[in-house]
Amino acid sequence: MTATGDKKTFLQDKARWVWKNTLLIHGTAPETRIASSLSLVEVLTVLYYGNILKFKPAEPLWEGRDRVIFSKGHGAIAMYAILADLGFFPATALESVCTPGSFLGGIPDPIVPGFETVNGSLGHGPGVACGIALALKRKKNASRVFVIVGDGEINEGSVWEAIMFAGHHKLDNLVMILDNNTKCMLGKTNDVLDMRPVAPKFESFGWQAEEVDGHDILAVKKSLEGLCAGTVMKPRILIANTIKGHGVPALENDPICHVKSLSRDDVKKLTGE
Amino acid sequence: MPQTLTRMRDMFIEEIALRMQGDERIFFVSADLGSSALDTLRAKHPSRFVNVGIAEQNLVNVSAGLALEGFKVIAYAIAPFITMRCYEQVRVNLSMLSQFRDINVNLVGVGAGLSYDLSGPSHQALEDLSIMMTLPNIQVFSPSDAITSRAIAAHTVTQTGPKYVRLDGKLLPVIPDDHAISMKPGFRELKKGRDICLISTGYMTHHALEASRLLSHSGIDTGVIDLYAINGFDRESLKSTIRSYKHLVTLEEAFTGKGGMDTCIQSFLKQNRIDTDLVSLGFPHEYRFTVGPRDTRLAETGIDANGIAAHVRSIMQH
Repeated sequence: MTATGDKKTFLQDKARWVWKNTLLIHGTAPETRIASSLSLVEVLTVLYYGNILKFKPAEPLWEGRDRVIFSKGHGAIAMYAILADLGFFPATALESVCTPGSFLGGIPDPIVPGFETVNGSLGHGPGVACGIALALKRKKNASRVFVIVGDGEINEGSVWEAIMFAGHHKLDNLVMILDNNTKCMLGKTNDVLDMRPVAPKFESFGWQAEEVDGHDILAVKKSLEGLCAGTVMKPRILIANTIKGHGVPALENDPICHVKSLSRDDVKKLTGE
Repeated sequence: MPQTLTRMRDMFIEEIALRMQGDERIFFVSADLGSSALDTLRAKHPSRFVNVGIAEQNLVNVSAGLALEGFKVIAYAIAPFITMRCYEQVRVNLSMLSQFRDINVNLVGVGAGLSYDLSGPSHQALEDLSIMMTLPNIQVFSPSDAITSRAIAAHTVTQTGPKYVRLDGKLLPVIPDDHAISMKPGFRELKKGRDICLISTGYMTHHALEASRLLSHSGIDTGVIDLYAINGFDRESLKSTIRSYKHLVTLEEAFTGKGGMDTCIQSFLKQNRIDTDLVSLGFPHEYRFTVGPRDTRLAETGIDANGIAAHVRSIMQH
């Protein structure tokens, strides 16, 4: 088998593992937003297992790390599985999600090792990420800032204040990942506020934009590697076209799956556990 | 001899500019608000000055990001806009985040109280003290002149944590005083009195001193305390300073009884089981849209020097 094939199998296996464990967490914590968490499984797998991010699980605030700002915090449940697997905290903690006294809530905050900012209120991540990116440049630190936003989240005006700022200041160490899962709470994102075409909007503010099938793991890897390796003096955005509730037909086919929970039986059937 | 007038915002910025020379970690962020002192600062330190544009939400978020990376940040804008336009950014990315990470972001708002008198209520700040103090982890400061402003500027970059500093926009005299300005105790007793004491903040301290002078002519000896560390003052020091008084009057350019300095003093008295009589003076709970120069508005409300003196006489007669 070729090296690419090995990598693909490894990443696909990992993505399958992350998907399954995200569902298992939801099985014990039905308050978690499962549909929003499943759309990002492949992207997060590539970031954390595909040699894109620099990090040290034993030293979450290591100065040389790449900063990840999870702005769409409600869709971060897959991160719990990944961070535990990588050793940011013990995997046994996953059983405690949403239970009294646990540090793992429905939406992660910096009480969870691996998270930089307070999450849950949408539209804050991009501006904070801009401040970090500017600071890293001033400190001559070569780390990157990745900020993960949702397609509904970019309705927030504060997101565009940050987009303008990043473009103006040519923050080429900033990578935004847009989880374009096409649905927000009350229906399709484009029926609520049609923001299409998205990529040209970013380009007109001085960003380099790229679109990718967010579930094609090798394509995601190639796009992220390309965006990081590029030398253009612009912030980057990867528009990951994804499916909300990916891999779960009951969620995929429901336009208002945002707050939908799966039963333990559903989870059992889907995961085989 | 005419009094020298200074702008506390220029003194604040001059102090920061001075500190920036010796401290590479200080960053100044403005939401397109300037001052003559700021022109000098940004010419001298272009790599550590950034104008985010008219975008207060981004001002706070960018400042939080810079602070997460170890910069000591001065975020500068008009008082109502840096507190109210971006309140949730302050709540999430300063108040909450500072419980996990060491972030030194200083929100510096120009336009305390009615200092933008002719611009109308949109530019005036009568709610800022209250809404900033209801957020955990935020220290709130309100200087009365350029000297206190300068001392607070020094404090912002030497003590970490999120802070809000409410600066006056007008030219004001420096209050003659020999006390060293210190965040502990966080207030200064400008005048000792008998039986009654005015606890004042910001611009109102100038009227409090004048009221005290007027009252001395009629034999009423009125104390004046200038409180500048509104929620961080040293409890024990204030306790011993006010011990001898039977009556206290709070004075602030804010809505009365709505969580401002008066509420702070009230709860301080209650917590310490001090049953001194307390009267709160400030503005009624409504906006005023007719044009009114600041001192005219204070006189109409009965809280200029003459109005304060009248309140004190009435308290002393009962």
